[in-house]
Amino acid sequence: MDNLGQLGFSEAQADLMEVAKRFCREQSPMQKVRALMEDDLGHDPKVWDEMAALGWLSIAIPEAYEGAGLGVAEIVPIMEQMGRYFLAGPFFSTSLAAQALLVGGTEAQKQTYLPKIAGGSVATLALSEQSGNWDLTAITARASHTDQGLALSGEKFFVRDAVAANWIIASVLLDDKPALVLIAKDDLPKDALRREIIIDETKRSFALTLDGITVPKSALLDMAQAEVTLAHIHLCANLLSTAEMCGGTQNVIDYTLDYLRTRKQFGRTIGSYQALKHPSVDAYTGYERARSLLYSAAHSFNEQGTGEIATRMAKAQADKAYAYAADRSIQFHGGFGFTYECDAQLYRRSAIWHASQYGDAAYHRKKLADLILPS
Amino acid sequence: MKHDGVLMGKVNPQELDEFAKEADAWFAENVNPDPGFMLPLTFMEVGTDQQFEFLRDWQNKVYEAGYLGAAWPSEYGGGGLDQAFQDVATDAMRRHHAPIMLNAIGLNWTGPLLMDIGTEAHCKKHIKGILSAEDIWCQGFSEPDNGSDLGNAQLRAVRDGDEYVLNGSKIWTTQGNYAKYMILLARTNPDAPNKYAGLSFFLAPMKIPGVETRPIRKLTGEYGFTQTFFTDARIPADGLMGKEGEGWQVAMKTLEYERGVHGGQAGGYVLLPLDAFAVIDLARKLQRDGAPVMDDPVMRDALVEFMIEAQSLKLCQARGAFAPLNEERPFGLALSGKLMWTEFARRINEFAITLQGTKGGYYVGDPNAVDHGLWTRGYLNAFSATIGGGTSEIQHNIIAEHVLGLPKR
Ligand SMILES: Cc1cc2nc3c(=O)[nH]c(=O)nc-3n(C[C@H](O)[C@H](O)[C@H](O)COP(=O)(O)OP(=O)(O)OC[C@H]3O[C@@H](n4cnc5c(N)ncnc54)[C@H](O)[C@@H]3O)c2cc1C
Repeated sequence: MDNLGQLGFSEAQADLMEVAKRFCREQSPMQKVRALMEDDLGHDPKVWDEMAALGWLSIAIPEAYEGAGLGVAEIVPIMEQMGRYFLAGPFFSTSLAAQALLVGGTEAQKQTYLPKIAGGSVATLALSEQSGNWDLTAITARASHTDQGLALSGEKFFVRDAVAANWIIASVLLDDKPALVLIAKDDLPKDALRREIIIDETKRSFALTLDGITVPKSALLDMAQAEVTLAHIHLCANLLSTAEMCGGTQNVIDYTLDYLRTRKQFGRTIGSYQALKHPSVDAYTGYERARSLLYSAAHSFNEQGTGEIATRMAKAQADKAYAYAADRSIQFHGGFGFTYECDAQLYRRSAIWHASQYGDAAYHRKKLADLILPS
Repeated sequence: MKHDGVLMGKVNPQELDEFAKEADAWFAENVNPDPGFMLPLTFMEVGTDQQFEFLRDWQNKVYEAGYLGAAWPSEYGGGGLDQAFQDVATDAMRRHHAPIMLNAIGLNWTGPLLMDIGTEAHCKKHIKGILSAEDIWCQGFSEPDNGSDLGNAQLRAVRDGDEYVLNGSKIWTTQGNYAKYMILLARTNPDAPNKYAGLSFFLAPMKIPGVETRPIRKLTGEYGFTQTFFTDARIPADGLMGKEGEGWQVAMKTLEYERGVHGGQAGGYVLLPLDAFAVIDLARKLQRDGAPVMDDPVMRDALVEFMIEAQSLKLCQARGAFAPLNEERPFGLALSGKLMWTEFARRINEFAITLQGTKGGYYVGDPNAVDHGLWTRGYLNAFSATIGGGTSEIQHNIIAEHVLGLPKR
């Protein structure tokens, strides 16, 4: 097990990082983040349109479907900056839905939906279930054949951005085998969606009741690809989350350092105390290590075997680093750190959220053990 | 072996490839896997004359073959090639588990320092002897009362004509008993406006009257460093680096070379590269409750954590080559490398002991010791790097202040 992933960074990645940095900083100042947290939709549709105009939704979509023909690796620097500035919106959901179609859709579905997504139509995934299981193949929701098509039943959770989405791709069992179906949001019965109360208030997530929904047969993705698609989504989601987490970690460290450089106690700037200094360094080195793993994972993502190892390593380290940096941020702000007003809580909540979705550090380490430590 | 026609900065890939192949073959043929005694893992562990002679010969042989100092200027004794050539040679050493380069303080910090801020005469006089291991160098920074607080060094140097007269003591002098020269931080002006301004930096000969070295036994029971006493020792004034009173700046520059912040080192390695994967092999061959340790889920998880850390450190090193990824804190990773690697090495060796069950209680010399007791010895010796060269706590301070912008006080 010599190759655990190499580092690489393309020119396209560098350019996108620059543009995204400026865009996210300008479009998502903290005041606006706070305002959108209170907003029902939770993001600014004008900003979303601008992102579409910048071509960000088309990045990883092949040219044949009116995309830019780059890869997931090129989405990573954008997600990183979004995580850094808490830029809200359905970018993560839509990018993943596009990947699901790309890997698991029928040719007709790809031709119909991918160009629309490339142009800025929102889509999302409905994969999680009541069990809280990270294994995406642990499905109990069902689809059954009827004269009208496929009748769906069961419940899905953590459906991100469902209200903003035009389409939802849900995992179900069809003939006892995993399958993915595409549901037009407009076809949902009233009250099919319930907004969930989630720890990260900058995001929107919904529970979805499938009971009573029937989709045409043409809404079924290629069943032969369903498991491959779920595995791909699992890794892709972890890669993109890791990017967001690295961005968040960077910013929570900077946010905390600002305070350590200005707050005074006992006639000294508190940042001069080693009890605060040294853990800040540990947070920083943890962040840099996560970021190195992130860009190695992005670079190796399409390599069979290595991509999975690199991605899991990156998520595991990012989880550890983000949790630590944000946890210390609360503590290092003293009483202010305990307030809703202090931004430390936003980062800590975000880290908890990311750990809860698609697997936390311990989960990925367990998977890695089987991958890199054969008995 | 001659490789002409390669201009610095312009590498002919074919020639590089050929050089790499030759290096590979050379090390395959010349590395002696078992000299019949235990070799040091680092340049700080050279404890016997036998080890010293072996390593000195080895370094000389590598240099003569053209695989050390390949990228140093040929007019001083180097190979005059592009750095890429030295890098492939160093890779070949690693691949063939070659022993360490002995003359670390010469190769890694004195040499680059001389070529950076020394005179032509300094370079002409010293570089070749550094590469050939004919002139062993040591470092006289730390004193019994002034270690981390290096700026407070008190060894006195008083100008007398063309000479300086030295009085005082240095300590923890690695290879002090073997060294022909010392890079020395001494106090030339006790009345300077601040402690730093009174310091000067010297290239000082060691084999002169008034210099005495006394070996100190390490925690492993072996030897490797000395206390060094100076009693009216007279050194030539032309060994002064920079001007009088500039010693602190020169010392800081030296430490940056030591900690690998800048390139320009002669090549090879002076600490055996840590093979994190070797711990996996260890876990595979050791038993716990009748099954390989490798099958114990708790140990597996710990192993994976170490593998993630090892991989992340390797990648952080590689990141230097990707400028856009280091834009916001350009020196962050370079300044953090020492802390991250040395602490990792200490912890993984410590972990390897815990895998051994009762045998974790053996030490080097016992026939039953796992891997000849190397892991335990490795753990004890790992502190050389978490303490030497600026302790991990001091590294934290440096990163906090110079990378994160936190106030000194
Ligand atoms: C194997 C080995 C080889 C060495 N080789 C050489 C050599 O060749 N030449 C040479 O000159 N020196 C050498 N050294 C010396 C080394 O550089 C010093 O030991 C080191 O700088 C620490 O100094 P000290 O031993 O006086 O410890 P102290 O400075 O007394 O430190 C004691 C403890 O206090 C902590 N501490 C001190 N100041 C601070 C602070 N400001 N903030 C937080 N914590 C602090 C330290 O981290 C340490 O844990 C070597 C040391 C070792 C172990």
